[in-house]
Amino acid sequence: MFFTKNFGMGGIHAEDFKFLTNHKKIENADVPNIAYIPVNQHLGTPAEIIVKEGQEVEEGQLIAKANGFISSNVHSSIPGTVIKIEERFTSIGKRSKVVVIQLKGEFKKSGKILQLVDWRSKSKDFLLDKIKEYGIVGLGGATFPAHVKLSIPKDKKVDTFIVNGAECEPFLTADHRLMIDKSEDLLEGISIISTILENPKVYIGIEENKKDAIKRLKILSSNKYNIKIVPLRVRYPQGDEKQLIKAITGRIVPAGKIPLEINTVVHNVSTVIAIKEAIVNDKPLIERVVTVTGSGIKEPKNLKVKVGTPVKEVINECGGLKPGVKKVIIGGPMMGFAQMDLEVPVTKACSGILAFTDEELSFYKTDSICINCGRCVISCAFGLMPTYINKLLKYKKFKEVIDAGLLNCKECGCCSWVCPAQIPLVQNFKLGKDITKKLKLY
Amino acid sequence: MEENINNQQQVTEESVKYIISTSPHLYKRETTKNIMWLVNLALLPAAVFGIFAFGIYTLFIIMSSIAASLVTEAIILKIRKKDISLDDGSAVLTGLLLALNMPPGVPLYIPIISSIFAIGIVKQAFGGLGENWANPAIAGRVFALFAWSKKMTVWALPFTADAVSSATPLGAYKSALLQGSVTDGITKASGFIAGMFSGPLQVYQTSVGNSDISYIDLFFGFKGGCIGEISVFLLLIGASFLIYRKIITLDIPLSYLLTALLIAWIFGGVQLGNGYFQGDFLFHFLTGGLVLGAFFMATDMVTTPITIKGRIVFGIGCGVITMLIRFLSGLPEGVSLSILFMNMMTPTLDRIFKIKPMGYIKENKNK
Repeated sequence: MFFTKNFGMGGIHAEDFKFLTNHKKIENADVPNIAYIPVNQHLGTPAEIIVKEGQEVEEGQLIAKANGFISSNVHSSIPGTVIKIEERFTSIGKRSKVVVIQLKGEFKKSGKILQLVDWRSKSKDFLLDKIKEYGIVGLGGATFPAHVKLSIPKDKKVDTFIVNGAECEPFLTADHRLMIDKSEDLLEGISIISTILENPKVYIGIEENKKDAIKRLKILSSNKYNIKIVPLRVRYPQGDEKQLIKAITGRIVPAGKIPLEINTVVHNVSTVIAIKEAIVNDKPLIERVVTVTGSGIKEPKNLKVKVGTPVKEVINECGGLKPGVKKVIIGGPMMGFAQMDLEVPVTKACSGILAFTDEELSFYKTDSICINCGRCVISCAFGLMPTYINKLLKYKKFKEVIDAGLLNCKECGCCSWVCPAQIPLVQNFKLGKDITKKLKLY
Repeated sequence: MEENINNQQQVTEESVKYIISTSPHLYKRETTKNIMWLVNLALLPAAVFGIFAFGIYTLFIIMSSIAASLVTEAIILKIRKKDISLDDGSAVLTGLLLALNMPPGVPLYIPIISSIFAIGIVKQAFGGLGENWANPAIAGRVFALFAWSKKMTVWALPFTADAVSSATPLGAYKSALLQGSVTDGITKASGFIAGMFSGPLQVYQTSVGNSDISYIDLFFGFKGGCIGEISVFLLLIGASFLIYRKIITLDIPLSYLLTALLIAWIFGGVQLGNGYFQGDFLFHFLTGGLVLGAFFMATDMVTTPITIKGRIVFGIGCGVITMLIRFLSGLPEGVSLSILFMNMMTPTLDRIFKIKPMGYIKENKNK
């Protein structure tokens, strides 16, 4: 255990509860009758809607166009009629324009045998255009448009490409199942990205609690000389981009810079598979694998869900909620968002739907006094001093707080997790970031 | 930032109530309260041993000290219009630690007044839990030591019927040293290792008139000393429990003990005329409050630095000051004073040993 790669300082080891779903194959979820497709499912500017109310759309038709470079196309996940364009809350708790589509007509792609595209004969620009056109974003949770990450400036040469299969969030098993159920697709996706990045060294980083995935990928990639499977120690936040790079290559991304700075690109397992599907199967990003789990779900499952399906329908497909559910979270338990109701649609960012009864949450935050124990400092993988930053925020020292590195905080939640005084550190940091942004301190 | 304290709010929507809060949604189930009570628990074996060793009167010392702590805490919290949070275990811990640092025959008013001083002045006057500048128990003990120095240095041998007055090992050694009679009656064993361990223990043997006392006796607690510090064995068991439960980290205790013992080994033999690297570090480890101090008092979270580097320097500082006092001052024992002094250094250490964010780039000053 001491020989497996790890990111060095900080981190936590939480009970992962992955046994609930890690043996369950990915199933296709039912098609929603009405899909609510937000145009703001990615990092950057929201996409511009190009359909009108009453218009008929096909499966996979472009309904909102990328607005600027850091933006992404949005496609219809079902065939049907646009019945409304309205404002709704999305799963991150912000309002977004939503295209409401009533199911009607025929699926022309799903379930049909399609001719595969021979991508090897195509140019690099064609591949990049396809990724851009089909609205591929980072599916690990950050939803950064994939084509931006893969467009390498001319003066840069990427020598390392890391596939992120760490999935360090407790409870989630979507990437784990993808690595097993779709391992061939994953390897083909890696070939595509390798072509775009001009043959870098490829590493697939997988946390050690996914032994079956490591074994399977090792066998399948044994004839590929440039792919290396790297087992990683089970430690949160191993799946963070910067920590993963540090664990696998030993390189450290300079603070406030992107991994490209040190000639590295990281993509999530599910993003790689989405890229493969976009290019080989000619399919836009209209569905994703979601882990539906937690103590409040009757039959936890890994489901392939159409984007825009209301969370309620997905949960009903897993046997519904148990009585006494206290909290519903979209995303992982460490970085996900608590939901007000179950009407919010599944988006490209939604890696998990968790419902908790009291079991996990018996520990309500009460916020007491900091006893200076330093546990948050030891747990921070980004080398920050959470308690110090929190005190600066408390006394409204916003200039100093920037110097103390508030902007390096990734809100991974380790500090809040360990804090014995139950101080909502992450919450204060999020607020602090908003305030300092409004004060234009950065 | 006050507006976000209430981060739990129930949202009602179509008869469904879900809790809305920011991430993370999982927590390690460890609270300040847990930590404090577990430290209390870890001290219990040593305390019980003290009661058996010195008789039922020591139980009254412990009880009165804890009671005084609790009452003072409650009254002051009431005056400050705060929640009376006696169940968090911190006041109990202060009282217990203070009592464990008292000589076995001390009059009851000393632990009571010291507790009031520790909680009232050192802890609550500076803002209560989390804001105190020194470990209250240590400040209380030092207060008592200087206020009633005679009564605070009356010692007894454990498991004796009528508490025969007797010096502590360090006390006997120090008084021999001060009288210049330290080398009298010592038969210096030959050989490097044997020579090392033949000095201070013989002084103590002569002082109590019992030449059978060995290091094993010192280890298990058959020696004079404060109520809680005599059984090094039980203190180490308690400390291992805390380390196993990850309540305390090893950085402070290890750096403290290693520094102290290294200094004892290097310079301890000089006063006995043995030269350098001939000191009896085992004697210094097993006597006095070194183990109690290193594992239970120097690890007090509130008054120690938050970064690991800072903590190691804290431990080294404690070790150096302890041995300076033991060797060069008129006092036999320096653990509490050294920790008290380093507590005062904590804000400075925190300022010096800040950690840098990952990937931190040194800023160009010309910018």
